[in-house]
Amino acid sequence: MLRQIEGSRAIAETVALCRPEVVCAYPISPQTHIIEAIGAMVKAGTLAPCEFINVESEFAAMSVAIGASATGARSYTATASQGLLYMIEAVYNAAGLGLPIVMTLANRAIGAPINIWNDHSDAMAVRDAGWIQFFAETNQEAADLHVQAFRLAEELSVPVMVCMDGFILTHAVERVDILDQATVDSLLPPYEPRQVLDPADPVSIGAMVGPEAFEEVRYLAHLRQLDALVRIPAIAEQFAHVTGRASGGLVNSYRTDDAETVIVALGSVLGTIKDAVDIRRELGERVGVVGITCFRPFPAHAVREALRSASQIVVLEKAFSVGFGGVLSTDVAMSMHGEQHVLRSVIAGLGGRPITRRSLEALIAEAVRGDLPALTFLDLDHGAVDRERTRMAGTRRSGPSAENLLRDRGPVGAAAPRTES
Amino acid sequence: MTSQPVHFYQVGSFAVGNRLLADDQRTVQSNPNRANSIDSGHRACQGCGEALGARYALDAAMRSCDGQIVAVNATGCLEVFSTPYPETSWRIPWLHSLFGNAPAVATGVAAALRVKGRDDVRVVGQAGDGGTVDIGFGCLSGMFERNDDVLFICYDNEGYMNTGVQRSAATPPAARTATTDVVGPEPGNVFGQGKDLPRLAMAHDIPYVATATVADLHDLERKVERAMAMRGARYLHVLVPCPLGWGSASNETILLARLAQETGLFPVFEAEDGVVTNATLIRRRVPVQDYLARQRRYAHLFGSHPRPDVVERIQAMADRNIERYGLLDASDQQVSV
Repeated sequence: MLRQIEGSRAIAETVALCRPEVVCAYPISPQTHIIEAIGAMVKAGTLAPCEFINVESEFAAMSVAIGASATGARSYTATASQGLLYMIEAVYNAAGLGLPIVMTLANRAIGAPINIWNDHSDAMAVRDAGWIQFFAETNQEAADLHVQAFRLAEELSVPVMVCMDGFILTHAVERVDILDQATVDSLLPPYEPRQVLDPADPVSIGAMVGPEAFEEVRYLAHLRQLDALVRIPAIAEQFAHVTGRASGGLVNSYRTDDAETVIVALGSVLGTIKDAVDIRRELGERVGVVGITCFRPFPAHAVREALRSASQIVVLEKAFSVGFGGVLSTDVAMSMHGEQHVLRSVIAGLGGRPITRRSLEALIAEAVRGDLPALTFLDLDHGAVDRERTRMAGTRRSGPSAENLLRDRGPVGAAAPRTES
Repeated sequence: MTSQPVHFYQVGSFAVGNRLLADDQRTVQSNPNRANSIDSGHRACQGCGEALGARYALDAAMRSCDGQIVAVNATGCLEVFSTPYPETSWRIPWLHSLFGNAPAVATGVAAALRVKGRDDVRVVGQAGDGGTVDIGFGCLSGMFERNDDVLFICYDNEGYMNTGVQRSAATPPAARTATTDVVGPEPGNVFGQGKDLPRLAMAHDIPYVATATVADLHDLERKVERAMAMRGARYLHVLVPCPLGWGSASNETILLARLAQETGLFPVFEAEDGVVTNATLIRRRVPVQDYLARQRRYAHLFGSHPRPDVVERIQAMADRNIERYGLLDASDQQVSV
């Protein structure tokens, strides 16, 4: 049913339709509205049977999910940012144990400096953990991906993370079609665990494995992720068949048929990029967009196919590897190995910095002119950076940079940055 | 004419042999049909107190709930020596996740069982002292305050023995570990630090907290059964001597556990809802020196440069425990230290 609904609420209601049996959570912005809503449903008895557990940390949240999943219960949690990092040992463990936990990641920057707004640093920090990672472009897709995530996780015994941009999606009220119970039930059969803690058939889970078999265990996990590259489009197709709606999949192309320059990105910023592309198209620029919905496993083949005709690839990402550059860019570059493309990285939207259509239009124009450097930081205030560099050069005890930059910036909130050109 | 009381114990010990007991009072281990939750063939050291404690505790738990148990294990000796791939000593469903999260994993298991209506299946969490008092304490405290239906057992050998005998918050003062070396003016672990986990557990007002040692296995089994008869968060803290880490003879594990109790250094008691309900009285009080001198981790207190001042401080700790828990029978005051 179509409803005007907050993203978090849409996720909560969709997760509830997936009949989770154990939900545990520790509050962190911007994930809170999701777990609050699920908690209320469990307490009211509208989501039953389900155990909702208020844990004392994110480390405990993932650990409770591990115990519940290993006991055969469909398990769900949600987190963001620092919370994800606090649970990271258990995040790796869940994947290593092959437990099909589903987790929403309300993408948020990582401190210091502490920052509650959106970027993708958190998701990138766990890209090698062995989880499948989806990135939702819209709240509709975020909701739909949760149904597909449980299905995929349980089919393959791999945990799945649905990444949705914090605040931009989680707190945005927009139109979402919430599926009905029968539809979700038809897409998501009851959980049949591959391994379960059962006194009638006792197994040891989590045994110590030495050099004699560790590599094989890891390789099996890799194969399951490769299996996912086949199953994800199939599940998305089934989803489309049942619901009449395209959601999920590996990659999504927009106006790429004759595009010379293609922008690659993850998540909600794709909408703004498409708007900018539409405008530049009117000016005759042959530009397109490839959105990557499935970031792990990385759909190298699909990405290569989607970008084959482009001469220039601009990877725009909300995270970067300090001291090197783009994270997604590296994956795209690896996927395009052997092809003759110009590849440009643009780091944008860190810590919630707005990525405006105007900035993107200028960026596209620059790219089309062939003027885009290998690595660009969109809307970076070079003046503020230079002034801090000068302060640091002038005195040993120049103090904390973050505070200096804020003082330099003056009393503003998260308003548009001052740019010097 | 004076009568000679019959003593049902062996020389030098108050332990009562199974063969002197009625069938229903004998230990689970005397029953050939016991569960063997942790089976033979594991790789614990000779004289390992933890292997012994775990075997008794889990088999007692198994007996008390008709074999319907799921066990969760923290990383540590018990985990490593029981499951070198592809072998396992566990004949019960057993899950090891991480070092610091066993109580939370156990919470998850309990939640899953509850949602599936499997109230007959009980959950036991296990960890060493490091996994309990240090790295696992956050999760343990959370599990306690939520009163999750888990029996958590700490096998306390007073240090990180699996990683090579380093100090934990359960390492006693003056004890030598690899990170509290016997150098400097205050050799060994410092005084005035450490966590008393049973008292911290009691502060959560959970239904049941008890301590036990592997010297009194009847008592350990009784406490496990008492705990298993209750619901909610229950905590059992078992002293398990470690020949490797303590520098003790492998045939003195039981003796040292007994001396720890009879000196007063390790008070053996039970508490319900945060209140001590029972303490095992010291039947033959011994000075702490008798306990310390048998362990190389305290060797620096004796020998050519003895430290009677340090021994005295440890004795004061024992005395404080005796006073706190009333460990001496009032009619038994003639026993001198």
